Amino acid sequence: MQENLPIVQIRNLFKSYSRGDQIIPVLQDINLDIAGGEFLALMGPSGSGKSTLLNLIAGIDKADSGMINVVGTDIASLSETELAQWRATNVGFIFQFYNLIPVLTAFENVELPLLLTGLSGKERKSHVKTALSIVNLTDRMDHYPGQLSGGQQQRVAIARAVVTDPTIIVADEPTGDLDRVSAEEILELMERLVHELGKTIIMVTHDPRAAKKAHLIKHLDKGVLNADPQAHI
Amino acid sequence: MQILKLIFKNAFRHKLRTFLTISGISIAILAFGLLRTVVDSWYAGVKASAANRLVSRNAISLVFPLPISYKDKIRQIDGVTNVSYGNWFGGIYIDEKNFFANFAVEPKSYLELYPEYVLQPDQQAAFLRDRKGFVAGRKIADKYNWKPGDTVILKGTIFPGQWEFVLRAIYKGKTKSIDETQFIFHWEYLNETLKKTVARRADQVGFYMIGVKSPNIAPEVSRAIDKTFRNSLAETLTETEKAFQMSFISMSEAIVVAIQLVSFVVIIIIMAVMANTMAMSARERIGEYAVFKTLGFGGAYVAALIFGESLFISSVGCVIGTILTFPAAKAFGAMMSQFFPIFNVSVNTVYLDVAASVIVGVIAAIIPTYRAASIRIADGLRRIG
Ligand SMILES: Nc1ncnc2c1ncn2[C@@H]1O[C@H](COP(=O)(O)OP(=O)(O)OP(=O)(O)O)[C@@H](O)[C@H]1O
Ligand SMILES: [Mg+2]
Repeated sequence: MQENLPIVQIRNLFKSYSRGDQIIPVLQDINLDIAGGEFLALMGPSGSGKSTLLNLIAGIDKADSGMINVVGTDIASLSETELAQWRATNVGFIFQFYNLIPVLTAFENVELPLLLTGLSGKERKSHVKTALSIVNLTDRMDHYPGQLSGGQQQRVAIARAVVTDPTIIVADEPTGDLDRVSAEEILELMERLVHELGKTIIMVTHDPRAAKKAHLIKHLDKGVLNADPQAHI
Repeated sequence: MQILKLIFKNAFRHKLRTFLTISGISIAILAFGLLRTVVDSWYAGVKASAANRLVSRNAISLVFPLPISYKDKIRQIDGVTNVSYGNWFGGIYIDEKNFFANFAVEPKSYLELYPEYVLQPDQQAAFLRDRKGFVAGRKIADKYNWKPGDTVILKGTIFPGQWEFVLRAIYKGKTKSIDETQFIFHWEYLNETLKKTVARRADQVGFYMIGVKSPNIAPEVSRAIDKTFRNSLAETLTETEKAFQMSFISMSEAIVVAIQLVSFVVIIIIMAVMANTMAMSARERIGEYAVFKTLGFGGAYVAALIFGESLFISSVGCVIGTILTFPAAKAFGAMMSQFFPIFNVSVNTVYLDVAASVIVGVIAAIIPTYRAASIRIADGLRRIG
């Protein structure tokens, strides 16, 4: 992967929601480049549009206008089905509330994204084991989410996010529901994903400590991206 | 494979809810099956009737008789293979509540015409030999513990007096749909007694049963018979045995229609219950469905999860309900045997059970699937926090 070519390129991006006949602008004229191997923290007050922006980058929402190119694909032009396929191969997801499937074991949860690939059961098994060993949870693979702590569940979620070896990983407040120690663990894990596996991570966070782990911090305020992040640190 | 496992696990997430829903479906299928069996039982006589048999009766009404002399004239009509005749006797055994059908018939031709009543040859010979002999269906013989050689007394209603009969044979139905609760005796016995007591009622029959060469010629033969006796003192009305049986049922058809309606209402109610269960489950899992879609699973996968779960629950209910229908029908049939001599759960009823549960499962899944499939991922994920 070429470090200097931006992996995410956003130009003049607008997004609004309509509530009844009222139109609420959420993102206004966003321009953003994210280089490959970057660990970016997206900060800003509640309701500023952080999640909305993250969802647009990850291809689970559609912008009103503007260009959004991720991993070399103009994702605004993709159909729902193409987009789903694109997400499955290029993006890993980490959520605030882990979002594991409660009736599946840790192993099965991590295996889930692999069901969409053509891999054999044996290959899937080895991929899942590798992913679980990265998060150091191989010994818990037969446990259900309900039998794991919040930190452990989030580690399973990270394993699920990396098991397909995606280029970028999006994380929406991944430490928002965790205590300090667990949060620290998760952040270190994410750092390793960037440094050791060369992933690009875009993380939304409210926590300044979390943001410090990132290479770069961007601020969103009322839908406008701050051009000079240094001024806010 | 994975999806089946997931469907199965999802179905048992709320054990109580699933248990109650399955119980509801089982009971609905059971009720549905019993009601369908009641309807079938109502039409059992019609079903069992053969297409190559005709029944002639007095054109004015069934309560008016026909002369015995018609027998030979009918036999001469083209296409007629066999003629038997009889009277509805309407005798009571000890008490009115012990109801079973009893007829006086010409025994030899009758048994030829009704091969579905199966007798042992030696018993049959004994019955034909004894003028006071009678044949009983297996079910009533069992019920009243009659053994060949036993004397049974019926109290006449249409033909007053105490009538003595001796059991000579017990018949079995050739198939399960043959009524095994009939009591058949010699018309000659009735007629001779009448000659001595009320002579003006002798030499008359209530109906003729006529065998024809093939079902195709049944309409012609009917017309020919009725034409023969037109303008006579007792005109005939001849129809197929099926039509004859049907004329009894049509009097009570409104009840049958009502029962049929109720059986479908039961299914509609359980559909609402099932739809509610599925809507509740799907609402709780909107966030999970959003996760599946985020990971790249399509709407079809989510639809398969919901439809699969709905169909799984309704099928389990269907299997339990259908299995329960058989012993329940047996118990019900035994209790109500005088009203429903034939009370068997038909294969058709089982098919209807299956169809009903599939329809319930599919319909219950439609709205939750539509909701889960159409919600935007971002909105679905938002529901989790
Ligand atoms: N589906 C929607 N319909 C209408 N308005 C919406 C919808 N989704 C988001 N919004 C609005 O868009 C704005 C930005 O929402 P977003 O979730 O991106 O904020 P955020 O920065 O992630 O906030 P938080 O830090 O609280 O998570 C908010 O005002 C929100 O109410
Ligand atoms: Mg947010």
